[in-house]
Amino acid sequence: MKKASIIMIIGSLLLLGLFKFPLWNIMLGAPQYPDPLGMNIYIDGIKGVSEFDLQNIDGLNHYIGMKTIPKADEMWEFSMFPKVIFGMAMLGVIIGLLGYFEKVSYKYFLGWFLFMSVLGILGMYDFNNWLVDYGGNLDPHAIIKVTNADGTPMSYKPPLIGFKKLLNFDVTSLPHTGGYLMFIGMSLTLVAFWLGRKTSLNKKT
Amino acid sequence: MKNLLTSSIAMFVILLGFTSCNNGNKSGSKSGALASNIAEKVYVAPGEYDSHYAFLSGGYSGNVTVYGLPSGRMFKEIPVFSQFPTSGYGYSEETKPMLNTSHGFIPWGDAHHPDISQSKGELDGRWLFINENNTPRIARLSLTTFETEEIIEVPNSAGNHSSSFVTENTEYVVAGTRFSVPIPQRDMPIKDYKGNFQGALSFISVAPETGNMDIKFQVLMPGFNYDLSHPGRGKSHGWFFFTTYNTEEANTLLEVNASQNDKDFIAAINWKKIEEYVNNGGGTMMPANYAHNVYDEHTHTATSTMKKEVRVVNPIEVPGAVYFIPTPKSPHGCDVDPSGEYIVGNGKLSANLTVHSFTKMLDAIENKKFAGEAYGIPILNFEDVLAGVVEQPGLGPLHTEFDGKGNAYTTFFISSEVVKWKLGTWEVVDRKPTYYSVGHLTIPGGNSGKPQGKYMFAMNKITKDRYLPTGPEMEHSAQLYDISGDKMELLLDFPTHGEPHYAAAMEAGIIKAQSQKIYKLADNKHPYAAKSDADTKVVRDGKNVHIYLTTIRSHFSPDNIEGIKVGDKVYFHVTNLEQDFDVPHGFAVIGQNNSELLVMPGQTKTSVWEPKQVGVWPFYCTDFCSALHQEMQGYIRVSAANSDTPIKWSLGEDIE
Ligand SMILES: [Cu+2]
Repeated sequence: MKKASIIMIIGSLLLLGLFKFPLWNIMLGAPQYPDPLGMNIYIDGIKGVSEFDLQNIDGLNHYIGMKTIPKADEMWEFSMFPKVIFGMAMLGVIIGLLGYFEKVSYKYFLGWFLFMSVLGILGMYDFNNWLVDYGGNLDPHAIIKVTNADGTPMSYKPPLIGFKKLLNFDVTSLPHTGGYLMFIGMSLTLVAFWLGRKTSLNKKT
Repeated sequence: MKNLLTSSIAMFVILLGFTSCNNGNKSGSKSGALASNIAEKVYVAPGEYDSHYAFLSGGYSGNVTVYGLPSGRMFKEIPVFSQFPTSGYGYSEETKPMLNTSHGFIPWGDAHHPDISQSKGELDGRWLFINENNTPRIARLSLTTFETEEIIEVPNSAGNHSSSFVTENTEYVVAGTRFSVPIPQRDMPIKDYKGNFQGALSFISVAPETGNMDIKFQVLMPGFNYDLSHPGRGKSHGWFFFTTYNTEEANTLLEVNASQNDKDFIAAINWKKIEEYVNNGGGTMMPANYAHNVYDEHTHTATSTMKKEVRVVNPIEVPGAVYFIPTPKSPHGCDVDPSGEYIVGNGKLSANLTVHSFTKMLDAIENKKFAGEAYGIPILNFEDVLAGVVEQPGLGPLHTEFDGKGNAYTTFFISSEVVKWKLGTWEVVDRKPTYYSVGHLTIPGGNSGKPQGKYMFAMNKITKDRYLPTGPEMEHSAQLYDISGDKMELLLDFPTHGEPHYAAAMEAGIIKAQSQKIYKLADNKHPYAAKSDADTKVVRDGKNVHIYLTTIRSHFSPDNIEGIKVGDKVYFHVTNLEQDFDVPHGFAVIGQNNSELLVMPGQTKTSVWEPKQVGVWPFYCTDFCSALHQEMQGYIRVSAANSDTPIKWSLGEDIE
């Protein structure tokens, strides 16, 4: 159980990587952008991959009527996410410590994982909602209006994950370092649960 | 079965025949197979990069062109001494001061010898220096922005030809006068040239961090013609060598009268000794008048300052600082090998190439073995200093470069060829024709302690039939050779712009990595910059009207302007708000008497417009910046001189 608890603590602490590394990354390449433009999505705001990328993405997007990329203070998520992540990391550490001193059972590890998963899914749902609005809520006076075959305006929503062709741009959306650290951390808490369960079953027999 | 075996053997023999045939071709000269082999050597596939940068002087174009090797493709023309309407250089308010001189504004120059800055005898890729021959000036170009940053006029000089070569650590960029003149200039009979004219050799210090140039001292030499020069390096660091001709001091019909002496001189200058003398207060400050023009990357503006004095040094007052080495027949190029031991005097009217030894020179000086003196300057014995002679290598030797592997390459103007010979044994090992009448040649790093050999290119003076004809006037031709093998191999023939006298080249790495993409708007300190749409405005100041204009894909702000009157002087201050690589905007207004502006991202440039007629006149973006480039336009209303139309401006709404 001691080993499982330590893994639980390490797994939870990996969440803190999100304060240093981006959660997600979206890259936009095009014939005239051999060095693609890119945005890194952190839990507390969006930054350009290179210094002027956000400004240049906004500059291009004004042609098709997209809103500018939100600043940190324009979305409540960017003040809420850091609190949630920090809270969950601390909660995980506390559960791990309590497990270490045999105060709580390994089942709490799974509990933490499930709770974190629910929060994660809610987060992804919210992120996707923003992408839908960002890509589809267009200025009616846009300079260039592209419509689908059925006459409805085309959406420029970047993919939640994976690759998509949007006009001349190749858009790739993938988790970044912070995101991967979070996934590894969450997996570790599952491992902790499994190890804890194994040792507890061994004790019983 | 037997048949099969026989035919197989026959097949094998035939294949063997083909192979040996191919082998035979490789040492041959002009087979089809070889030609395609050569094509591969200069082929840079689409999207790939050349391995070397080459900076070619434009000669009478006054500018510098940037090429890639081995492809021979031209990437850019950098305006230096000549107005350049393409970008507005020399036309915009910001850059007009760059072309200011003691003779006033000069729109043109004759650019000769580019040289890349060095650290510890190796090319460091920070700056490119180049001389202007006609109205003596030295320019410094940034190899980060590829723009001219500084131009200093050289007083007491005329025909600034033995320039602009840098010392081993870019302590100095050196400029020598081709024509001797009265110093100071005065009204006197031309026939009194001899003994009265002087030749100034200028040592211009280069500030290690900024590159800023300042004339540290001028050595006032006898009235010869100082043709070319090169720095000592390695063991001879601290010395500078200049070829001379017209030691006869003729002032008319020089083609005859300056070719009488069997030998002219190479002047050896111990600049470290003179520097020390000057640092201890030696020399005299002499009244002068020369322009020092500096371009500031942050204000995007040049300023011109007239300097009023220069320090001159009489060489005979610094014992041991200057010597003459006799060198046959009007030497042109003066080239120093990478080790610093050999000084090649390319006597252009001599059949032989003379090579002097630095060690022997020091020895002769130490033992005071002098053959005489000229104007108080000791003359060494030709034989005492001679390292060797390359016998009859060709006709009309001009310039020599080195590959760092013990070989030298000399151009021969009259016999139109490059000859490869060995340092030390002086034997000729190869020769290849050039098309036609080669002047300078360049090996990347060829004027440094560390040549980056593999390529050598010859810059020719005569083109004739090399390309599709373009009437009587043609661009000059150049040839690129592979010099990595024992024999030189002609790879490519390519046209060059203007008349390239010399070129400086180096491996692409350092420069490619430092090349700037944009100017940061946040660093723009131009006094008339509008850094956002909120800063745009139109301000009248008497007859002057300042328009703070911005550009961003795809509009000007403002794009409707009223209240201008006939007789006004309208300053369009155009700031490009873009911060994206390779998104310039242009500016042109009907009836502009100067040139367009091409404004790089983050930059501000100013064009003056003096409307002479009442009307509503358009202006537009000249650079196809975006899909809506054609929409990037505006109108400016010009009213009668006595009208009372108020100054107003707008974007996206009407002026009421
Ligand atoms: Cu434009």
